[in-house]
Amino acid sequence: MKRTRETKTHELVRRLKYNKSAVFGLAIVVILILCAIFANYIAPNSPTPSPPELFKALKPGFWSEDKVEGMPLGADAMGRCILSRILYGARVSLTAGFVAVGIAMILGITFGTLSGYYGGWVDALIMRIVDIMFAFPALLLAIVIVTVLGQGLDKAMIAIGIVYTPQMARIIRSSVLYIKEMEYIEVQKAIGSSDARIIFRHVLPNSIAPVIVYGTLMLASAILDCAALGFLGLGAQPPTPEWGAMLSKSYSYIVSGAWWAATFPGIAILFSVIGLNLLGDGLRDILDPRLKT
Amino acid sequence: MMYHQDKARRDMKTLLEIKNLKTHFFTHEGTVKAVDGVSFKINQGETLGIVGESGSGKSVTALSVMRLIPHPPGKIVGGEIYFEGKDLLKLEDKEIRKIRGKKISMIFQEPMTSLDPVFTVGYEIGEVIQLHQGLNKKEARKKAIEILKIVGIPDVEKRIDNYPHELSGGMRQRVMIAMALSCNPTLLIADEPTTALDVTIQAQILRLINELKGEFGASVMLITHDLGIIAEMCDNVAVMYAGHIVEYTDIYTLFNHPLHPYTKGLSKSIPRMNIEVEHLDTIPGIVPNLLDLPSGCPFHPRCDFSFKRCVEEMPELIEIENSHLVKCHLVKKRIRSKKVEWKNW
Repeated sequence: MKRTRETKTHELVRRLKYNKSAVFGLAIVVILILCAIFANYIAPNSPTPSPPELFKALKPGFWSEDKVEGMPLGADAMGRCILSRILYGARVSLTAGFVAVGIAMILGITFGTLSGYYGGWVDALIMRIVDIMFAFPALLLAIVIVTVLGQGLDKAMIAIGIVYTPQMARIIRSSVLYIKEMEYIEVQKAIGSSDARIIFRHVLPNSIAPVIVYGTLMLASAILDCAALGFLGLGAQPPTPEWGAMLSKSYSYIVSGAWWAATFPGIAILFSVIGLNLLGDGLRDILDPRLKT
Repeated sequence: MMYHQDKARRDMKTLLEIKNLKTHFFTHEGTVKAVDGVSFKINQGETLGIVGESGSGKSVTALSVMRLIPHPPGKIVGGEIYFEGKDLLKLEDKEIRKIRGKKISMIFQEPMTSLDPVFTVGYEIGEVIQLHQGLNKKEARKKAIEILKIVGIPDVEKRIDNYPHELSGGMRQRVMIAMALSCNPTLLIADEPTTALDVTIQAQILRLINELKGEFGASVMLITHDLGIIAEMCDNVAVMYAGHIVEYTDIYTLFNHPLHPYTKGLSKSIPRMNIEVEHLDTIPGIVPNLLDLPSGCPFHPRCDFSFKRCVEEMPELIEIENSHLVKCHLVKKRIRSKKVEWKNW
């Protein structure tokens, strides 16, 4: 049993290696995760020093004569180290992304599987709700939900999770629709397996591949949307070092010349999204049997 | 000798009895009467063959016995299916699940796609055994190894941890048979078990089913459109056409004295080694559209002998001799003229 499992993983790794952009994406994601995990070791300063060191406010980083010692990317309007806040921010953003996608997956897989497997009125009901949710722009819907639930990072995660549920449900439904017609499901019925057993043991494991791919891609948009909610002041509240919130608190200083306070969090968002997208695309190429060469 | 065999067969206990089964599919275009009043019996240890063209209702009959008709659009609208004395159509879902795989197993047509690709074959067989026999994982695995050895998988200890894609088609069909037999079923339904396999493997698999049938004492319901397979495997045969059984008889009579024009046509269209022919006989026309069946006997537009009554009236299934039933006006007429006694079945 072990031997064959390993060769399957080996095959995955081998195929991943040939996909340059996927490797690049994976590298970025790994770096991001490492930053998030070890933020308290690698960050030079506290992300939220107290009392605030306001005398360092908007001081530039290493590129300037006027730099402050120990803050390589400069300080923000509150005199906090931008590099440290970005590193800690990775923790916040990744958590937000994973939690939001996790919620979307749990809800989406549940409803999508029910919808696809049972069909009929269950399917019709769930899919009409999904259609209604699709009619709203994602961010707008998230804003509505946050407004109802109240502000805060946790609420933002829930909101984004709910907003992504319909997409997830559609994806899993379409693969369940395909898988449930397979002969081995018929065979399972013929040997007397219950519906629950068939769904959990046979339908889900076979329909999960696209969910992994879209989950990765969704992680990128979740981070982005979370940053957007933070930017609008609906997500993480100060002084939480969240990239979107950092951006919104500092963009007005760009005109006065302090470009670094807004630029670096923006670059962090950019890179994490690029990394996750490349990885997701790569995984799709690898896992999609139709693209196998 | 024939007489004794017949007598012995009649003394055996009935395992499955289907009475007037009607399975219809309700589609947007109309009602498809896929099975329309089918009745037959299978005795213990007997192999019953069901032959017919595609769409004649063979597979639907089998799926009805398993209660696996997809609903919607399909529904068993009438009839009774007695298995070991119980009417399967009256059972709760939970009860029928206990019979499926344990008492009645099914082997499907497509071994290539009948095994779940994400599990090893050992796991899948083990699953059935665990489900129906309450054994733990270790015991189930032991049993799975045992049964895989019986169906002739070489190097079982290694093969058991293979995934389906690592096995050939014949191998996979052996695994399917192992799965079907793992709980010692009393009835094995084989729905064209060899259609997807090449000829040499076909022979092996059929021999295997025959051997195991003897070993496990199971009855077999063999669905096929290949009369050659029927000749090799079966005791009795039901010939189906457009949802009806048109002829039911033992294997000798089927080949030596077929009575229904359709059966005659079928046996004439088998290539024979010992007779040289230029053209193989065929039955003219095609299977009728089940949505738009011809009036009267559904075979009449293709029948060389059809007369007025065939167009007007559906013939009844009548018993000509001991366990030889035919659904044809012609036969009835001929018997009448000979003044042979016949009775309704």
